[in-house]
Amino acid sequence: MSRVVILGAGISGHTAARYLNKWIGKQHEIVVVSPNAKWNWIPSNIWVGVGQMTEDDVTFDLAKLYAKTNVDFRQAKAVSIHPEGNAESAKPFVTVEYTRADKAGVQENISYDFLVNATGPKLNFGATEGLGPEHGHTVSVCSAKHALEANQKLQASIEAMRRGERQTIVIGTGHGMCTCQGAAFEYIYNVDHTLREAGVRDKARIIWLSNEYELGDFGMGGVHIERGGYITNGKTFAESLMVERGIEWITRAHVKKVEAGKIHYETMDGQFHELEFDFSMLIPPFAGVGLKAFDKAGADITSQLFAPNGFMKVDADYTQRPYMEWSAKDWPKTYQTPSYRNIFAVGIAFATPHLISKPMQSANGTPINPTAPRTGMPSAAMAKAVAMSIRDMLNGAEKPTHTASMAEMGAACVASTGSHIFKGTAATMTVFPVVPDYEKYPEYGRDINLTFGEIGLAGHWMKYLLHHAFIYQAKLRPGWSLIPD
Amino acid sequence: MGNITNREPYQQAYYPPTPTGVTRFMRTCLIWQIYRFLVINFKMLKLIAKSHH
Repeated sequence: MSRVVILGAGISGHTAARYLNKWIGKQHEIVVVSPNAKWNWIPSNIWVGVGQMTEDDVTFDLAKLYAKTNVDFRQAKAVSIHPEGNAESAKPFVTVEYTRADKAGVQENISYDFLVNATGPKLNFGATEGLGPEHGHTVSVCSAKHALEANQKLQASIEAMRRGERQTIVIGTGHGMCTCQGAAFEYIYNVDHTLREAGVRDKARIIWLSNEYELGDFGMGGVHIERGGYITNGKTFAESLMVERGIEWITRAHVKKVEAGKIHYETMDGQFHELEFDFSMLIPPFAGVGLKAFDKAGADITSQLFAPNGFMKVDADYTQRPYMEWSAKDWPKTYQTPSYRNIFAVGIAFATPHLISKPMQSANGTPINPTAPRTGMPSAAMAKAVAMSIRDMLNGAEKPTHTASMAEMGAACVASTGSHIFKGTAATMTVFPVVPDYEKYPEYGRDINLTFGEIGLAGHWMKYLLHHAFIYQAKLRPGWSLIPD
Repeated sequence: MGNITNREPYQQAYYPPTPTGVTRFMRTCLIWQIYRFLVINFKMLKLIAKSHH
C-alpha cells in the first residue's frame, strides 16, 4: 500500500482527492492536509460580498465529507517538505502543524510515496502598506470570511447613502503585480447592482482601479472575439459595460499605499496620484505559502524546489527570456517537479514560467502588469490530470501519463452583473487556450471559435447552474463524477 | 432648438460602444436566452472536451 499526501483542499487539492479516492482509495492511502476546516466555492464569494449568499451557501465541512470516504483528513498546515527523508529514514515526508483547536501547534511528520502540492496562494496583503481587511483599510472577497466582512462594510456604506451622503467606491487590484482581476470585475458589477436595488446608485461614484494595461486584460493579455462582423478586443466590451453602468476606470495603476480613506498609486507614465474612497475592495497580490524544503542531511533546498515568489517549480521552462521569445511550450504539462518524480504542484501552487500579459513597467521602473491567473477550470483540469498520472504510476507507469498545459486548455468565466431569474444578466466569457499559442493560432493566439463573450440572462442561469453543480460535485453527491470539471 | 449633447470636453464614456435598445432587449428576451443558454452549454462542453488530455 502506498500513501498519497495532498497539501491543500481548495479547488485543485479537493479535485485531486476526490478522483484519487474514487480510483485508488481502496488500495492505497490518501491523506489530505489543509489548514482550513471548510471547503469554499470561491467564485460565489462575490455573492457573499454583497449579501446575496451566506457563508454556509458557499462552504462545507471537510472533515465530515472525508469521513464518508477513504480520505484521511488532517486539519493542519504544511510546514516543510523532506523529499529524501532524514538521517533516520530515507522515506520522504512532510512536516505539518495542526490548526484544529484541540491539537493546535502540534507538529507531525507524514511520510508519502506521492505528494501533491495544492496549497494555493498566500494572500500577500503585506506587499502594499495599508492593504487588506486585517491590518489595512480595504476589504477583500478572497475568502468567505473576508467576503462577509466586505458585505458588512458595503451595507454601512449603503446606509450612509440612504442618509444622503455621497460615497466613493473603489474596486480593483491592490498592487502592480496582482492577478485575479476577474473576481474584482465581477464584484464591481454586483456592487453596482446592489446599490441600484437599494435605490442609492445616484449617491455613489464607482471607480475601477487596476494594474491592467487596458480593461478586459484579466491577466491573459486580453481576448479577441468575433462580434458584429468584426474581430474585436474584449477591451471594447469591458469599457462598454462600465459606461453602461456609469462606472469610471483607472488602468495601468500600481497601488503603493493605502491610508484610511485614501489610496496612493503610481501610473505607467511615472506619475503619482491620490484617490479618496469610502469603501474599497482591492485584490491582493499572491505569493507561495512559504513552504520550506530540506534534503537528507537537513540542508535547506527550498530554492531548488521553489521559485523566489514561493511557488513550486514544475516541468515548465523557467529560462529567462525576453517577451518576444516567450512560447506556449514554456508552460508545464505534467506538473511534476524536475528533481523528484513523486512530487507535483497544481492550481495556484505551481510557478508559472512567465506572465501571460505583456510585461510592462512605469517610467520609474515599477512593474505594472497582471500576473497569470489560474482560475477554477484550469485548476481542476490540472488536478485531475495529476490524479490520473499518479494512479497510473502506482500501477507501474514510469512517468506521468496525462497532461494539462494551460496553453492547451480553455477556461470559462461567468461574471454576474445582476441576479434575477428573468431579469438578471451575466457576462459569459470563454478562452481557448488560456495561454495564447501564436504558433498554432498566429493572428490572435487563440481559437476564435472557442473564444467568445456575451452578456445576457443565459449567463446568469449558467452562473447559478455552475454554483450548484460544482458544490454538488465537491460534496461527492451521487453521480458527481459525471459532472465535467 | 433641440437638446444639444456632447458639448463637454471628451470623456471616457464618449468612446466605447453603447448597446442599442434591441441589444438590451435581447439580453433578457426569454426565447432568445433559452437558445443562447443551450449554445453556451454546448460551447463550454466542447471547450472542456478539448481541455483534457
